[in-house]
Amino acid sequence: MREIHVDDITDSVAFLCQTASFDLDDDMIQAFQSSMKTEKSEIGKDVIEQLLDNAEIAKQERIPMCQDTGVAVFFIELGYDCKITGGNLYDAINQGVSKGYGDGYLRQSIVRDPLDRKNTGDNTPAITYVEMVEGDHLTIRFTAKGGGAENMSRLQMLKPSDGLEGIEAFVMESVRLAGPNACPPMIVGVGIGGSFEKSAYIAKKSLLRPVGVRHKDERIAELEEKWIEQCNDLGIGPQGMGGTTTALDVKIEVHPCHIAALPVAVNIQCHANRHKEVTL
Amino acid sequence: MGQKIVTLPLTDEKVQDLKAGDRVLLNGDVYAARDAAHKRLMDRIEANEELPINLEGEVIYYVGPTPAKPGQVIGSAGPTTSGRMDRYTPKLLSLGLKGMIGKGYRNEEVKAAIQKYNAIYFGAIGGSGALLSKKIQAETVVAYEDLGPEAVRRLTIKDFPVTVINDCYGNDLYQQGSDAYKGRQT
Repeated sequence: MREIHVDDITDSVAFLCQTASFDLDDDMIQAFQSSMKTEKSEIGKDVIEQLLDNAEIAKQERIPMCQDTGVAVFFIELGYDCKITGGNLYDAINQGVSKGYGDGYLRQSIVRDPLDRKNTGDNTPAITYVEMVEGDHLTIRFTAKGGGAENMSRLQMLKPSDGLEGIEAFVMESVRLAGPNACPPMIVGVGIGGSFEKSAYIAKKSLLRPVGVRHKDERIAELEEKWIEQCNDLGIGPQGMGGTTTALDVKIEVHPCHIAALPVAVNIQCHANRHKEVTL
Repeated sequence: MGQKIVTLPLTDEKVQDLKAGDRVLLNGDVYAARDAAHKRLMDRIEANEELPINLEGEVIYYVGPTPAKPGQVIGSAGPTTSGRMDRYTPKLLSLGLKGMIGKGYRNEEVKAAIQKYNAIYFGAIGGSGALLSKKIQAETVVAYEDLGPEAVRRLTIKDFPVTVINDCYGNDLYQQGSDAYKGRQT
């Protein structure tokens, strides 16, 4: 049994929170650059150029690319042969968020209760999901999920008879309604199947896959490519001001489901697509 | 593509000179306020109490910045989603508010009020908070300090880049822009 001390988890989490906010990943930078070549609107091109400048300023000056530094969401893979010592995993993560957001001058955007809406002051608690896997490692995947795009996410319990056509219509309607609110160009995460909550979970988790990397199932990969084109035909464009770059990517994940069910969840991600991970 | 330069505060003439799709550099002072501050302002209006700020000719920027690092004027400071303020906006426009900076759709009531009160809605680039922080030269908290990132601030902006989304003539760039590019990818 391999042991990992909670202090190592806390330090790693603090680091991930900051670097995610300051350093936009290369897959996003490349997606911006290639969209500059295809975007048909002048305003759209200008927006993307400013987003590239913004990413460079954030990286050089170690300041957040976006003021909404998000709710801290963690997808944890914990090996069966890995033991956490010195405390518990959830507390270690929350301490890391508190430290990372505080020391990094990131915004505190969490209220302790959705009704009384008092700010917790340290961006905790995080949203943490743990999956047990083979091995003795601990992989921490972090995403800073901003409110603007998250608010435009949707879920619907379709009927099996609605089929692929119904799913496609729901996804495109969701992207259209999200429009400028979701800070396009966006990444669209789609979860099909599972249960009510599972569809939302896999939709969010699909966003961890780097931009430009297709699903390993060819059938799903083709659907992703088709929907990217359809999104970009909506005309929404960068910041919703009109253009042909509405979605930089569409990610789809599927899961077995009940014979009576066809849940579909659409989790929208803005262009400030902040993901970082580490394996301990 | 040209850019217009506008000095704040706004007047009827300045507003009438701007059209949806115009790219504008704003110079002068604006108020920063978002959800919680709007709610408090509205509570005071409903109780017939005086507001802590005078809205006449003013522009509200929907923003909740990150904390400033030592040596910074302000932290990252891009626009938040404007639609969450829609329920308060027509009232504020009736009290003299002349412009708003944010991102995202406004509802029909707000669009009608923008026309009725000869006002304007500017879009700034959402998610470009690092770049926009460079266009803010001074920051003072003027009300509701306890709200932290949601406090009302006075910001002095210089060459702050925005695009006109909804003008006083009823034009809507979000509608016009997406109509113009619909179906043009494939």
